[in-house]
Formats: sequence, C-alpha cells, structure tokens
Amino acid sequence: MKKVSEEVKKEATGLPILGKKAPDFEASTTQGTLRLSDYTGTWLVLFSHPADFTPVCTTEFMAFSKIYDELKKRNVELLGLSVDSVSSHIAWIRNVEEKMGVKITFPIIADLNKEVAKKYGMIHPEQSKTETVRCTFVIDPESKIRAMIYYPLTTGRNMDEILRLIDALQTTDKHKVATPANWKPGDAVVVPSPVTIEQAEERAKQGYECKDWYLCTKKLPEGQ
Amino acid sequence: MATLKSLKDATLTPEEVASKTGQPLFRVRSGLRELKNAGFVEETEGKYVLSETGKTTV
Repeated sequence: MKKVSEEVKKEATGLPILGKKAPDFEASTTQGTLRLSDYTGTWLVLFSHPADFTPVCTTEFMAFSKIYDELKKRNVELLGLSVDSVSSHIAWIRNVEEKMGVKITFPIIADLNKEVAKKYGMIHPEQSKTETVRCTFVIDPESKIRAMIYYPLTTGRNMDEILRLIDALQTTDKHKVATPANWKPGDAVVVPSPVTIEQAEERAKQGYECKDWYLCTKKLPEGQ
Repeated sequence: MATLKSLKDATLTPEEVASKTGQPLFRVRSGLRELKNAGFVEETEGKYVLSETGKTTV
C-alpha cells in the first residue's frame, strides 16, 4: 500500500453531512459556468469520475446518459465532475458519441483546481492522490444532501440503484414513510415506528400489515 | 439566443423563461447570469428584461 503524505490527506477535506445544505460552488462546465443554486427547485445527482478517456468512466457515462430521460421525468438533473479540463471533457464526450454512439447531454464540471472535489470529499488519497473517486450525491430541490454513495475507482456504479434511490427519497418525502430493503416502486412501504405507547396501540386499528408493533407496512395507492 | 428572444416585449422570471423556451431551468439561470454580466439583460427582484443593448440585438 502506498504511503499518503499528510499534505495530501489535509487536502481531502471532510465529507458532507446528510441533511445539511450541499456546499455551494461556481464551476466551469461543458455547458458554461454553473452554480449549485442554478439547480434550486430541481433534484440534482452530482457525481464524480476519476478521469476522462478511461474505460470504467466511459461505461458509466454511457449508462448515466441512458437513464437521463428517466431522471428528468422525476425532476432530476445530472451533473458530472472530474479534475480534467473543459477541453478534455469536450474531446471525450465527442469521442464517446463518435465511437460508442452515445450523446452526453448533461454538463460536466472541469474541476482543475479541485475546489468542488474538496468541498464534497471526493478525493480519497488512499485510492488516488490526484483523481476523484466515484461519488454520487443526491441533492434535493432545497439544496440539501439527501444521499451519498462512494465507490472505488475499480467499480462502476449501478444506475438501477441510483433510480431506485431517487424513487425511494421522493416517495418518502411525498408520503412520510420509509422504504424497506430492496424496495422498488409499487412495493409496500414501511410506516414510521410509533414513539409512544398510545401510537403503538393506535396503529393496530389503522389496517396496516404488521409483523409486530414496530414493523408495519402499507401499500400506497396505485401509481404512487 | 432563445433566452434573449423570449424576453422580447416581456419581463420574465427564470422559471417563465424555462417554460417559454423549453430549456432546463439550470441552463436558463446560468444563461441569464451571463447575459446580465454582458449587459444584454437587466434584473429587478428576480425578473429579467432586455436592456437597450439586448433590444438592439434581438
């Protein structure tokens, strides 16, 4: 294992916190200068990749592009990031379109000075001192961080899981429920646990399907 | 240019420009910011209108 200098470790600042406001930024992208606040009112999937013109990243970009329409149906925008330049991003997405037949239509941040990467804890020196790892942040319309996924350089992300995560978060917000393991839209949702004896007794009359007083589920209306 | 044209004879919020032009809201906001910095539009309380320079361009 390579030794990581204290200086590099210091550069990789702390991780964002779930539920807190996402760190603000203004960054050069393939679609001009963008700020986090430009996304207020829409959900945002901000994701980093290690480098342009690399194999796993290319498969991920094609996969993100494939789910972009599905994301937009859910009022979600996509924003990529790496520490490459805008010119490199442009050359890469042109290459992906030419060689792979996939058009990348979402913007990509050129974070050459790692300003955004540091704010979001995207540099993990034990993985790479210079590249961002595969981070995915789900940011809600009020700019709060709602979910974070960190993958190592070697492992491409699962787009079905990203869509499932968005669906779960939006369902939670809309219906004030939780979602169980492996939940997918249409499955029963978990009713929040009671916090008083009265609530525990009351829920017995609600018609939920209960395994016990603390684990009750219910079906949402069709199409919800 | 679509953003600029949408403001012809109109004072609009970014949301209204997005709805009128079909562009994503984030693109409209960043575009309006750049147009404002370049002197093509003016902003008052979140609403945008063409400047004199903007009017001659459209």
